[in-house]
Amino acid sequence: MTRIDQYAPIVGQAVIDDLRLLAERLKGKKIQHINSTAVGGGVAEILNRMVPLFQELGVETRWDVIKGGEKFFEVTKKFHNALHGKEEKIEASDFVTFMENGQSNIDEMDIHGDIVFVHDPQPIMLVNNKSNNKWIWRCHVDVSQPNEIVWKFLYDFIVKYDSAVFSAPEFAQSLPIRQFLISPSIDPLSDKNKELPQNVIDNVLKKYGIDPDRPIVTQISRFDRLKDPIGVIEAYLNVKKYTDCQLVLAGGGAADDPEGVSVYEECKEKAAKDKDIHVLLLAQNDIEINALQWASTVIVQKSIKEGFGLTVAEALWKGKPVVASHVGGIPLQIAHKYSGLLCNSVEGAAFAIKQLLNNPEYAQKLGKNGKEHIWNNFLITRHLKDYMLLFFSLYNREDVIYL
Amino acid sequence: MEKLIKATKPFKFYTRLHLSELTGRKASNLKQLVDIMRTMPESSIYHHTHRFLQQHQYLSPEPPNDFAYWVTSVLGEEKLGERLASIDTVQFTTIQELQNKIISTIETYIKSNAKAAIRYAHENEEFHFMKSVSFILPTQYAATDLVEFAGILKKVGIDSIYFHIFEARLRLGKKTNDFSNWIETSLGNKELASKILKLDPYTYTLEDLRKTLIRIIEKSLKR
Repeated sequence: MTRIDQYAPIVGQAVIDDLRLLAERLKGKKIQHINSTAVGGGVAEILNRMVPLFQELGVETRWDVIKGGEKFFEVTKKFHNALHGKEEKIEASDFVTFMENGQSNIDEMDIHGDIVFVHDPQPIMLVNNKSNNKWIWRCHVDVSQPNEIVWKFLYDFIVKYDSAVFSAPEFAQSLPIRQFLISPSIDPLSDKNKELPQNVIDNVLKKYGIDPDRPIVTQISRFDRLKDPIGVIEAYLNVKKYTDCQLVLAGGGAADDPEGVSVYEECKEKAAKDKDIHVLLLAQNDIEINALQWASTVIVQKSIKEGFGLTVAEALWKGKPVVASHVGGIPLQIAHKYSGLLCNSVEGAAFAIKQLLNNPEYAQKLGKNGKEHIWNNFLITRHLKDYMLLFFSLYNREDVIYL
Repeated sequence: MEKLIKATKPFKFYTRLHLSELTGRKASNLKQLVDIMRTMPESSIYHHTHRFLQQHQYLSPEPPNDFAYWVTSVLGEEKLGERLASIDTVQFTTIQELQNKIISTIETYIKSNAKAAIRYAHENEEFHFMKSVSFILPTQYAATDLVEFAGILKKVGIDSIYFHIFEARLRLGKKTNDFSNWIETSLGNKELASKILKLDPYTYTLEDLRKTLIRIIEKSLKR
């Protein structure tokens, strides 16, 4: 069985048939994805799964990664935080670093795509190399309230693209180019999301000293201040006063995120006094992340800003009750009190976690509704379809297009 | 059982896939909502009144159009939300008429509830106007009689049923759905065509609509 056909039992044969119909019409077009890291973070994860599927469907797809040193990634991390609205001191020299690195990538990178698909701000300058091909800028960042200086700087590049893509309606900007809403997705067959045998789950819990017989509250995410891991510990401590539970904070680092280590150390320090808090740095260990999600009683995503929050989709896909912040793409995944609980503060998160721990039937119902919503809207097959439609839209400006 | 009638023209199943386009325009209160709605293309009104059908193929507590949902859950105007949610979409044969109805419903409400016009949404809870871009393409399926037709309805993608029932009628301005039209004109079965036309498809989930169509057709085949 081909890889794409393995999705048919999950999403239905008709969905796979549609993908083939679309792919046939893209034969002969070369698609080139470009981002800034091959491992770590949601973008690399999606591309890792998606590129082989496109190739199997017969859509010629390649994925390239730009080069950048430590200094460049420190600047892009600052830009990332500033776009999320966090206060950052941006120096004139930061723009110089960005431009110099961008220029050397322009000089070195072989642009061969009929459609060039650039992900996030790091490689944005490559558009200066645009010829008569089509260019898409895919923004995975929450830009609902961006730092104006950084946004203005990026704006001059963005307008050179043919289309931009955002993950949530509130990220839309006033732009002279077309903008589309395409949510990211999870892959139900990946190591991170496939069903696991109970003994694998048990072994992971044993390895990290987590008690399988007591409730487990988990946040899976990079060690990043915008994911508010310290806030999660505070919420847990608040819950623990009334309800016994353990907390797991687990995640890897991304190659383009230099802040990860210091945030991890802060969490370790804050957790030191409570042996029920497990702060786990798991370098790209998808099976272990998967096992921790399956083993959890409640999953939390208390981000301050969030491009989309794929960990929410991962948790809901496993039928888990989720408590998550009302930010970024999270409300697209959770209808409050129907497919999870939304919160806006440490206290709100704590209250919601207590509600779910104390009412397992309610928690189960939320998880079940959430799983159905993910099945319907956030699996990789929908994402493949949207990207192919996006490619067609580059050649047709009408609202109704006959293919 | 009557003899199976062969169609004068086969029914070719098409499917419709869509992309959501962002317009970058947003409203914070009812007045802005109406003002912007007036300037929006039909593809935007279509998006906000039909998105739920494909995104929520199970029954969710959300009202069945984005305007009703926002007015209720963000502005807290439940009475207006109910009026908007209960607009009988199936009565309208053009999006322009539907757009006018939504605008007049909100305007009437504002006239008798002056404060409602200036009640603001919180930051990040504004109404974001979007558009729906449709991509229509033929599937591998075609039917020449009702037995084949019912058989295909069982396996064709849900997007295809959506296209022939909703999009063909309202967005492409055909005034009837494609199934009723074919059954009447190519099979000459007016009774069955009218039964399908009488359904209010907006009150079904798409999978329930599929089951209902199959049931009605199979029942008619048994007679």
